[in-house]
Amino acid sequence: MFRSVLNKFYYNNLSCGLHTTACLNEVQLLTRLRVVDNSEIGKRAMAEGKPPKVICVYNKKRIGYIGDRVLVAIKGQKKKGILVGLKQIQNVKVPKFDSNNVVLIDDNGTPLGTRIHVPIPTILRTILKERTHAKGADYTKLLSIATKFV
Amino acid sequence: MALVIRKPAIDILSAAKWMIRKDCRALSSLVEKAEEAEKRPVGRRPRFQNPALEYRHIFPEFLPDPNPKWRNSLREKMERADMLKRRSQIDIPEFYVGSVLAVTISDPHAQGKTNRFVGICIERKGCGLRAEFTLRNVVDHQGVEIRYDLYDPTIQSIQVLRLEKRLDDKLLYLRDALPEYSTFPFDMDPEILPEGTPVPVNPVQVKLKPRPWLERWERQELKGVSNIEEHLKEKDRIRRELRKTPWEKYDLMKEYRKTIPVEDQSEIWGEVHNQLNQLRLSRKKMFKKRPISTPKPQLG
Repeated sequence: MFRSVLNKFYYNNLSCGLHTTACLNEVQLLTRLRVVDNSEIGKRAMAEGKPPKVICVYNKKRIGYIGDRVLVAIKGQKKKGILVGLKQIQNVKVPKFDSNNVVLIDDNGTPLGTRIHVPIPTILRTILKERTHAKGADYTKLLSIATKFV
Repeated sequence: MALVIRKPAIDILSAAKWMIRKDCRALSSLVEKAEEAEKRPVGRRPRFQNPALEYRHIFPEFLPDPNPKWRNSLREKMERADMLKRRSQIDIPEFYVGSVLAVTISDPHAQGKTNRFVGICIERKGCGLRAEFTLRNVVDHQGVEIRYDLYDPTIQSIQVLRLEKRLDDKLLYLRDALPEYSTFPFDMDPEILPEGTPVPVNPVQVKLKPRPWLERWERQELKGVSNIEEHLKEKDRIRRELRKTPWEKYDLMKEYRKTIPVEDQSEIWGEVHNQLNQLRLSRKKMFKKRPISTPKPQLG
């Protein structure tokens, strides 16, 4: 009898029939991002209230993690950017931001703006150095325009 | 729909009642003890008290997870030894959810440099060596949160800038509150409480931003939020009523499953009490020495 009551107890506890979990906040196709550098196009897009949308994430999983390169649609143009801050739950000691931040770059990895006005995670120093190849794009230029590291 | 939701509630109540009646005798002694422990005021450094009552708030990570599936006495013992070893290396101070902390870690991404972050502790969880806490701050109008392991060997120092508690156990609602409630300057000076005073509770009530929110704060019975009713619609109030679980505070089994019994606690605290006390005394001596030794070179 005890077991039957216990079963009933548990069953009723979970009887909702729905499984609800916290959302993952992943950066994927059509996610809206926040441009955090002072490039002209980025500033205008944010001021107009039309933040850029992700149209491609350049990795195999197609889910953007910190330091990943993305292709965004911004004011009718296609621009590349680097994710420099995510809402998603991060590893220990990696900062988690309240918005998904992006810095716009061109094909060579040179940032379009001259200044980033939010803090940048220090882990990007390692990640971007790894992604940079001797003859390819140089992403470490982004680090030199950052104002603050956390 | 209301009936459908209410029915399981009634069933649970009846089941709980039945269980309480059945298990009352076996549990009574323990529960009384636990309640007694709750009632006692926990001062900052009361002298003649059971160390268990004082320590379980100051060092919550020394208590293992109450889930019996995850208990392993040998592992717990070894973890406690490791924690004490780490504590002899670095001063891990007493802090609570709501205290403002400054954490300095050595930065593996910039050679030979350190990284200091200041923020309010919004969550503290995990047991043993896996204990972790989350700091939140607003830097340059951008909310930033960093999670740290309490026993991480790369942590160089943990400093408590303001020792206080808040009205709630978790301050996750600060993510949806106005930014001024989680803004702390990086050059904040530490505020030192006089010896022997209890940890103050900051009764500040934050204001939430309008919806959408990250969680349904209205269902969580928060004490530290002032303007939650403004943002609610009639529908939310009805659903909140339906989802309420007022019987849970009478659920003895739930309480029992969530806590470590007093007998187990006294065993654990008896094991670590001596070393913790020694560490504390040595820190106190160091602290007393410091103000005397520092002005001398300035005068000279």
